[in-house]
Amino acid sequence: MSYIPNTDTDRSEMLATIGVSSLDALFDQIPQPQQFQGLLNIPPRLDQISLMRHLTTLARKNVHADDFPCFLGAGIYDHYTPPTVAAITGRSEFYTSYTPYQPEVSQGMLQSIFEFQTLLCQLTGMDVANASMYDGATALAEAAIMASDLTGRSRIAMLSTVHPNYRAVTETYLRHINIALDIVESSDDLGDETAALLVQHPNFHGNLEDMDKLSEAAHAKGALLVVCVDPISLGILTPPGDYGADIVVGEGQALGCPMGYGGPLLGLFACKNEFMRRLPGRIVGQTTDADGKRAFVMTLRTREQDIRRERATSNICTNEALYALAASVYLATMGKQGMRQVAELCLQKSHYAAAEIGRLPGFALAFPEKPFFKEFAVTTPTDPVQINERLLARGIIGGLPLTQQRPQLGHAMLFCVTEQRTRVEIDALVAALSEEMR
Amino acid sequence: MKLTIEPLLFELSKPGRSGVELPACDVPVLSISDLLPSEGLRSTLPLPELSEPEVIRHYTHLSQLNYSTDSGFYPLGSCTMKYNPKLNEEVARLPGFARVHPDLPDTAAQGTLEVLYSMQEILAEIGGMDTVSLQPAAGAHGELLGLMLIKAYHDDHGQGQRCLVLVPEAAHGTNPASAARCGYTTVTIKSDGRGRVDMAHLRTLLTENQENVAGLMLTNPNTLGLFEDDIAEICAMIHTAGGLVYCDGANMNALVGRARPGDMGFDVMHFNLHKTFSSPHGGGGPGSGPVGIKSILEPYLPVPQVVKTDGGYRRDYDRPKSIGRIHGYYGSFLCILRAYAYILYYGRERLANIAENAVLNANYIRVQLQNSFDVAYNELCMHECVFTAKRQQRERGVRALDIAKRLMDFGFHPPTIYFPLLVPEALMIEPTETESMETLDSFISAMRQIASEIETDPAIVLSAPHETVVHKLDEATAARKPVLRWREQHK
Repeated sequence: MSYIPNTDTDRSEMLATIGVSSLDALFDQIPQPQQFQGLLNIPPRLDQISLMRHLTTLARKNVHADDFPCFLGAGIYDHYTPPTVAAITGRSEFYTSYTPYQPEVSQGMLQSIFEFQTLLCQLTGMDVANASMYDGATALAEAAIMASDLTGRSRIAMLSTVHPNYRAVTETYLRHINIALDIVESSDDLGDETAALLVQHPNFHGNLEDMDKLSEAAHAKGALLVVCVDPISLGILTPPGDYGADIVVGEGQALGCPMGYGGPLLGLFACKNEFMRRLPGRIVGQTTDADGKRAFVMTLRTREQDIRRERATSNICTNEALYALAASVYLATMGKQGMRQVAELCLQKSHYAAAEIGRLPGFALAFPEKPFFKEFAVTTPTDPVQINERLLARGIIGGLPLTQQRPQLGHAMLFCVTEQRTRVEIDALVAALSEEMR
Repeated sequence: MKLTIEPLLFELSKPGRSGVELPACDVPVLSISDLLPSEGLRSTLPLPELSEPEVIRHYTHLSQLNYSTDSGFYPLGSCTMKYNPKLNEEVARLPGFARVHPDLPDTAAQGTLEVLYSMQEILAEIGGMDTVSLQPAAGAHGELLGLMLIKAYHDDHGQGQRCLVLVPEAAHGTNPASAARCGYTTVTIKSDGRGRVDMAHLRTLLTENQENVAGLMLTNPNTLGLFEDDIAEICAMIHTAGGLVYCDGANMNALVGRARPGDMGFDVMHFNLHKTFSSPHGGGGPGSGPVGIKSILEPYLPVPQVVKTDGGYRRDYDRPKSIGRIHGYYGSFLCILRAYAYILYYGRERLANIAENAVLNANYIRVQLQNSFDVAYNELCMHECVFTAKRQQRERGVRALDIAKRLMDFGFHPPTIYFPLLVPEALMIEPTETESMETLDSFISAMRQIASEIETDPAIVLSAPHETVVHKLDEATAARKPVLRWREQHK
């Protein structure tokens, strides 16, 4: 068998060395009633050619962003990934390695994480970052818990404009450790027991929040400001460190990671220096080796579950190291100029699309007064789910229907326009939408 | 060629360089100040500037400083560092999977939904469970979900006072940490002289806390690589006390196709797809930790589950008793996909070959090294074996850590050390099924040589590693005066 090198001869020889008569005898330690007899009811084996054919057939049943221009975002984005990312993340020295617990033979991964932490700090204007979390939603939930620990307060306020999935995950996490979650419309609704105000910026609708005001209001109540960012937007938007954010989280998928039907993802997590020892998850630090050479190592380990057990800052035992590497290679390749350019392209193209769609009869911007970055909500003349069906029939992936999540808007959908979309594609979308009123 | 340390990305940066060329804007360009408020705009963006060849060379050099499964034997106990088949990587790169947006209508994502549905069914069958949630993004995330389900079950049955989770002392650190994250208090169960759950102690704990036990978390085989052979009785005792039993599936590589946690009496378990089912570890993630459950817990599963209907597959959100969401989307789809490819490759005919060869390889190492190092509990083991260097430490001052570092000089990744906690100077070795007898033999010979060095020339072991790009690190200073990022003034 191609993944198992042992031959029958090897097996016989090894069994003889061990002193047991058969492979079955190796399992004698499992009492008979607990041994599984017979064959599992799972599909039969496939040779590699048949397996590839089967999976390729399944892949063809999906609509994907290489074939259809994608105007769907809402947390997962179709941004351009430069070819350096796949070239490096495809190196099996990285992807087939384990967590770098043994620093002498893991300097590659350790240094790449140290660089990731630095890049994230540069992007967000924060002091320190960890080696990453599962995804943006769980990062936000962890930030809420960390804020509660730091302040000794047991209520969390979240603006109602945070992504509903993030809100749902945070709600699940907090409920189990008795931290109350208040959904608030504005910073006026903060109480003296509020540990933190959670804000998404740009928010779920793509709009910019008034961060200076929110920051001031949160801090006036002694609460921390937790900001959930779109890292691409930080190519032009003010870094959260500048407006006083205490903890910054976000979804890092846009930084060179595949959409992959929403997973795996890359949770970003950064904070102020003074909170460093309460960070969840892995952190890499710089040190020296016995000869005085610069070297990197996982550090502040006494926060973690394998040492601190039930008193750990989190139960997390994973970081998304390979995706953090992808994000680092992405940021290194894009650099100062590329990141600014991507952000500007998103800004210009989305505004062009919004203006064109807004001119269509029956369509209107849902939040015409509010600035937006790369996504915008529009009210639609017909059911957005059906609009999407018609768009798909024309080879276009439409926006996210908001009818369920934001019923107060009536028929509405959220469009996303990244640097990947061309004017031709945007015009085709607008032309298709113009059919809705006919 | 000798490897050297690599400068940092930031030290390679030079103003004016760029690694990408993006298209010019093809829509009318408006003034940014007309689109966004000025206070919302950043003035500087302090990112590095490198050209494409520099980026590639930098990260290629870094990759060369990294040990990996593709470059050598990685006998890390409890981690299941098996070979990651290349076909699975190719599949995960197919745009029909990699470039699919999670908010597409179900009709446009039937391929991914079929994979998810099939894996719910397949993993349930492998675990002897009734159904599976694929959402947890890692093993510890699975533990958290499993405990949330247990809590939901008790709350729903008017048993909200059950606040204790029993955890054996040999358990992974994630178990108590996950329990704490679910609002539970953990109580540690002692191990007996055979390295298993101390049944007398368990009985005492249950008697003392009868009404308050929410459940028990157990790894089987346990972290000593030994099967908990009282498992049927343990589950029965917990059930009688009104609790539920959680299986930490970290060690499923010992069992696939040969035994199922569901048949042993477990109510809930997690799988580590990045261990048992070969999704790559990626240097510490991403992982995937699906949770299998018995039907009593089904009402509380997170949303959505994938269901099969006459019209195809769809995401089902209609679960009134659901605990809610635990992931932004549906878990680590691309890891689940790789695991699906791996399981289909083995199929029902040969899935058990995984466990059989993993257990064979572990016992081969145990027997071949038992005269050089003391086996913590010397009996037939499952997929891993645990040695103790207590004797070497006492007699020669050589610790498990030193042995681990010395192994690097022979070209091997060290085993897991100092775990499980109840074995002093533990060396925990898990070879997996994807290593050849020749590889095991060369590892065995390196370990024997180290054993003899400890007797004749302990200094060479104590000062190891000698052949790596950096030598022993000052970890104390790293923690005492943390430097967690590069800053300009360090230049």
